[in-house]
Amino acid sequence: MEIFGIPAQALLSQLLLGLVNGSFYAMLSLGVAVIFGLLNVINFLHGALYMMGAFLAWMGLNYLGADYWIMLIAAPLLVGTLGVVVERSMLRWLYKLDHLYGFLLTFGVSLVLEGLFRSFYGVSGQPYSVPETLSGAFNLGFMMLPKYRAWVVIASLVVCLSTWFVIEKTRLGAYLRAGTENPKLVEAFGINVPLMVTLTYGFGVALAAFAGVLAAPVVQVSPLMGSNLIIVVFAVVVIGGMGSIMGSILTGIGLGVTEGLTRVFYPELSATVVFIIMAIVLMLGPAGMFGKEK
Amino acid sequence: MKFKLNVTSLAIAATAGLFIATSASAQVSGDVIKIGFITDMSGPYADLDGPGGVEAIKMAIADAGGAIGNKKIELLVADHQNKADIAASKAREWFDQQGVDMLLGGTNSAASLAMAKLAAEKKRVFIAIGAGTARLTNEDCTPYTVHYAYDTVALARVTGGALAKQGGKDWYFLTADYAFGASLEKDTADVVKANGGRVLGSARHPLSASDFSSFLLQAQSSKAQILGLANAGGDTINAIKAANEFGINQKMKVAGLLMGINDIHALGLNVTQGMYLTDAWYWDGNVETRAWSKRFFEKMKKMPSMLHAADYSAVAQYIAAVKTTGTDDSDKVMAHLRKTPINDMFAKNGVVRPDGRMVHDMYLMEVKKPSESKYPWDYYKVVQRVPGEQAYMTKAESKCSLWK
Amino acid sequence: MKLHIGLTGRGGYTVALVLAVAAPLAVYPVFLMKVLCFALFACAFNLLIGFTGLLSFGHAAFFGGAGYIAGHVLKAWGWPVELGIVAGTLASSVLGLLMGSLAIRRQGIYFTMITLALAQMLFFVCLQAPFTGGEDGQQGVPRRRLFGVLDLSSDINLYYVVLAIFVAAFGLIVRIIHSPFGQVLKAVKENEARAVSLGYDTDKYKLLAFVLSAALAGLAGATKTVVLGFETLTDVHWSMSGMVVLMTLVGGLGTLSGPIAGAIVIIALENKLGDLGAWLANATTVEWFRTLGESVTIVSGFIFIVCVLVFRRGIVGEMGGLLAWARPKAGAQETASAPAGTVRA
Repeated sequence: MEIFGIPAQALLSQLLLGLVNGSFYAMLSLGVAVIFGLLNVINFLHGALYMMGAFLAWMGLNYLGADYWIMLIAAPLLVGTLGVVVERSMLRWLYKLDHLYGFLLTFGVSLVLEGLFRSFYGVSGQPYSVPETLSGAFNLGFMMLPKYRAWVVIASLVVCLSTWFVIEKTRLGAYLRAGTENPKLVEAFGINVPLMVTLTYGFGVALAAFAGVLAAPVVQVSPLMGSNLIIVVFAVVVIGGMGSIMGSILTGIGLGVTEGLTRVFYPELSATVVFIIMAIVLMLGPAGMFGKEK
Repeated sequence: MKFKLNVTSLAIAATAGLFIATSASAQVSGDVIKIGFITDMSGPYADLDGPGGVEAIKMAIADAGGAIGNKKIELLVADHQNKADIAASKAREWFDQQGVDMLLGGTNSAASLAMAKLAAEKKRVFIAIGAGTARLTNEDCTPYTVHYAYDTVALARVTGGALAKQGGKDWYFLTADYAFGASLEKDTADVVKANGGRVLGSARHPLSASDFSSFLLQAQSSKAQILGLANAGGDTINAIKAANEFGINQKMKVAGLLMGINDIHALGLNVTQGMYLTDAWYWDGNVETRAWSKRFFEKMKKMPSMLHAADYSAVAQYIAAVKTTGTDDSDKVMAHLRKTPINDMFAKNGVVRPDGRMVHDMYLMEVKKPSESKYPWDYYKVVQRVPGEQAYMTKAESKCSLWK
Repeated sequence: MKLHIGLTGRGGYTVALVLAVAAPLAVYPVFLMKVLCFALFACAFNLLIGFTGLLSFGHAAFFGGAGYIAGHVLKAWGWPVELGIVAGTLASSVLGLLMGSLAIRRQGIYFTMITLALAQMLFFVCLQAPFTGGEDGQQGVPRRRLFGVLDLSSDINLYYVVLAIFVAAFGLIVRIIHSPFGQVLKAVKENEARAVSLGYDTDKYKLLAFVLSAALAGLAGATKTVVLGFETLTDVHWSMSGMVVLMTLVGGLGTLSGPIAGAIVIIALENKLGDLGAWLANATTVEWFRTLGESVTIVSGFIFIVCVLVFRRGIVGEMGGLLAWARPKAGAQETASAPAGTVRA
């Protein structure tokens, strides 16, 4: 069966793969959007911390014998703590300045982190195997879908939707959103805004590390894995609307699927399509598709 | 008299002083024979010809006594990180400032092409070991290049030819998107077509790609019988793993067009058994190779690949040439290399042709089944020995202007 | 003899020029030329960020894009050197016009993000386009003779040509800054709303500044291609955009000579870190220093962090500050530096 001259099998398989990639984009851009929403900082560090999450999973397995499931919890916690340290010691001095300085600072820290991992591990990837319980594949007829990739989609959807729910529908989320709009007023109500900000940053980067652990069996655990992704993640965040949670989730998944489609019809364009969309969206309005102008 | 200094000049002078101080240490020395080795030391090709290559070269220098006459032999090593610009810059700096006499090219064909051009410009000897592209002795041949260990034409003719004769008519390529992958794909495609086969398409992936799944699915939907992997090192390993993960290896035969013994070791015999590959040298080939490999293994804890053996052999031959001609003048050394047959641990009756190609026998290997492997690193059985004249490009086909 | 230390003065630039003319006697000319090209790149970038307040994170597009065009016309079409460099500069100006007109529509971080996205698009175009050679890059770009007369295969000859290009371009930047046009740019940087209310069409001014910056960055890129004889994807990658930000930041945003100092420091760092590490290892007998050569990224990142946190005025800015502090009774001094820390929102 052919659709637009491409066999349905090829189309569906690329779409499914695109969905998997989209899940990663969604999770990473969610973290960036959350951090931007509250701190007004474009967190360049996100890519490096995603990489660190994957490396912690690998290190945990190879040095401590800690398996995938343990690291899935432990890595985000560790990276979240590191995020808190970075925020407390460096980022908070820059809030009163133009938020481009925050961007530049996180860029600098990401260089240091990547450089450190590169000097110890080189640039080629370390292999990380799929955990036993998730190995094997579903035979879908038109392709074999490894069980692990299905798990990735489910896990990231669960995490993304829960985050969205907490931020949009709960009281804690309400405090966060209020803190974004008017921190002084919120502080006057007795809420510890600086603490909230710090914890939000920690949570955002913990999300990145979670994505990293999820990614470890899929891509090769390499110090460059973050920098390859981060620019695309920025584009996703901008398209979705810089502070909008649901915007990033939907755009992330949408973009993964779009890339998959592009790969079928016009493979050379698949890397650029996200930037083209971003440029168009920004031309039409700075707030992206779901966001509000800041 | 008023003397106005200025922040500008202070700043510039201060920072300029910084690097003048550190540059002053580099001098050109004429009483040392300097050999430079630029390769991928930490990336996807590091296991093929990285730190192992450095070790092999050091062995060659040590075996020659560490000196030629009263001139010490010194080795300089650099990591080009698979970037041609870093390789070219480093090579230029070495030629201009360090007086490097002979440049050895490790892996990465784009880097080697750049280094070959530079070496020709500076009239220094350049021996390409790790790089595969046949362009080095074809369109891009120079009077100062020797392409020593193998090339993409040989790989294509030996592996491609064997598979095509076996009945593999329809091919799909997964190609590393740079000089090496392009060469390997083209050369293999030529062989496939010459044997009556068809190339149904190819997917280009970036060097050191992280995820092969979408490329492999493209390959699968082409319905070709054979998946030709026109890549090497880490890329080949990951592509094969992903092919297994997605069940592609059950529908198509996966052919690694360049594989080294370290790749087989990383993947394991379970995954690779029955695969064909072309190799220039095997550690377990004969008494000589086993002895040398044992020495290598003691230092590196891994068995050497053909590239490591070629590094050793090339440096040993260069040192011998300098000793015999009594000079490190590039033209004289090149002339000597061209008229002296090479008979050592690496190759028997090897000849450096006018186009720079070092022609020697190549071997079609098959990977053993786990049950057939009796001791560690016992991975290959030799299926066929292909004489050099058949494996490599012939004079009639060559586009090299130096060989007419 | 009275020793006056002032912040202005042709004296300072004269000293620098003398040093520059004499430098090839002591230092490897190719290295010096590389420094000059990057210094020009940083100065061009500084025109936008330091004097107009616009942070572009995609300047590599102009640097590398011009380099590719120049490389192609010089090698594949056999054009003479001077025309090749001009072609590269023109190409980057056009690119600057296109990118700028799209990016200027937005402010602040959105402006930066657009420049980043557009530069990434150019990166992927360069990756695919046949004339760039993709991952292999363009190799063997010839030097030949300048105006058919001066043989540029000699590194020394080429060095003086590059120095002349640099001095001319730098002089142009100085003229731009001190012109009425430059004053409007400064006004736009400090308070765009006020400039608009005074009747200036700020978008036009910003776009012109963008194009000028792109043109000069392209000049730097095209010249570098001629010097080194190759052009690769490294020059259009976003990490190159990051590097020029670093150089300008380290040297001093909004100062005239800052980017030059910054370029010298960063390029020297890249090339000499290995040597420095070996020297430190020998001096302090701490062996770990020897691996410093591989850690350029770490050191650059570290410098970035330090500069953003405490050292925002950069080398030249801080030295200016120090000298001002050391001479309290000097009265008002004309400085070219912008107030510390104000990057346009």
